[in-house]
Amino acid sequence: MSGDMGPEWLSEEVKTGTTIIAIEFNGGVVLGSDSRVSAGESVVNRVMNKLSPLHDKIYCALSGSAADAQTIAEIVNYQLDVHSIEIGEDPQVRSAATLVRNISYKYKEELSAHLIVAGWDRREGGQVFATLNGLLTRQPFAVGGSGSFYVYGFVDAEYRRGMSKEECQQFVVNTLSLAMSRDGSSGGVAYIVTIDEHSTEEKVILANDLPKFPDQ
Amino acid sequence: MEKRCLDSGVKGVSTGTTILAAIFDGGVVIGSDSRASIGGEYVSSKTINKVIQVHDQIFCCMAGSLADAQAVTKAAKFHLSLHSIQMETPPLVISAASVLKDLCYKNKEELQAGFITAGWDTKKGPQVYVVSLGGMLHSQPVTIGGSGSTYIYGYVDAKYKPKMSREECLQFATNALALAMGRDNVSGGVAHLVVITETGVEHVVVPGNKLPKFHDE
Repeated sequence: MSGDMGPEWLSEEVKTGTTIIAIEFNGGVVLGSDSRVSAGESVVNRVMNKLSPLHDKIYCALSGSAADAQTIAEIVNYQLDVHSIEIGEDPQVRSAATLVRNISYKYKEELSAHLIVAGWDRREGGQVFATLNGLLTRQPFAVGGSGSFYVYGFVDAEYRRGMSKEECQQFVVNTLSLAMSRDGSSGGVAYIVTIDEHSTEEKVILANDLPKFPDQ
Repeated sequence: MEKRCLDSGVKGVSTGTTILAAIFDGGVVIGSDSRASIGGEYVSSKTINKVIQVHDQIFCCMAGSLADAQAVTKAAKFHLSLHSIQMETPPLVISAASVLKDLCYKNKEELQAGFITAGWDTKKGPQVYVVSLGGMLHSQPVTIGGSGSTYIYGYVDAKYKPKMSREECLQFATNALALAMGRDNVSGGVAHLVVITETGVEHVVVPGNKLPKFHDE
């Protein structure tokens, strides 16, 4: 980009080139994300929390275009509030995921964001839904964002059914750390959210507290 | 991500592929999948062997355009055998890697192939060298390449340990290839592995149905 148009990052789209992951355990879910937001080659926000609440016990993880993802999350947050007043109780995770999917599908040509929706409700316990491109599918775990490609092999090998809450948290932290060390668009700190029947706990793991894997 | 784009820009038959090599205590394992595809849509060969022997105890793996890789390895074999006759001693692994690097660097405009060279020599024991697309050469204890390699960076970073035993390293390599083949649609088939040690060379072929299965398969 030439100098007279200003710095390159002013004209580049802001993307949450990112790594996001959500995993279900018996009694709840754990969500994790990195914190880097890039515009072209510049990092415009190094501490963004990409885990956005949709309701008390339902969160979504944002990836793709930052503006698109945030807008979808805000709209669904509003729609879920209205819905939960209408039904008189806490919404189901599947409802939240369906609302996200409806927007992603209807505007699939204009939007480029992928949200993973995860949470806990009374009926089905912990659930994780992927909503890529307007598809709605429930999975035991889901990864997304540019950094996810580097850790598909790791999560395929390491995931086991029936992990405990602590094992899931460690699994999420390990996966984020590996992806952040390989993907140029992922980095910063790791945000972890653990949702179960009793509580919703948000945690930040700073860069030097992340697990290190021996470099070649 | 860059590797995936490059592979889809390759004209003709490409080894959209997964290749890897890893050093263990006393030797090195080098391996690959066996699928050759045209444009990522048609599998032109299910059982191609991408692990090529360039000398008695030196093998290399190719990724990228199959035609380029075959041409370069043929030239490299010739250079190496001449070199070993002149030196009156088996060539060093780094010499083999350098020959490939020279060919890649001098013809960088026309070629689209990257190599992993692994072997054993009396001077430094087991070694692995990477020659990347533009002709850069460097040595690593473990390395992966090809379009399928993106999916296993995390796995290799987490699971590779220096000084593994032969069996542990073979299991690690088989697992890594199986995971990559499970996620990359242009890698597949059987896993070709070659174990090189001071005493010799052993080929291990793991057919598709004997590959390790992971949680959702």
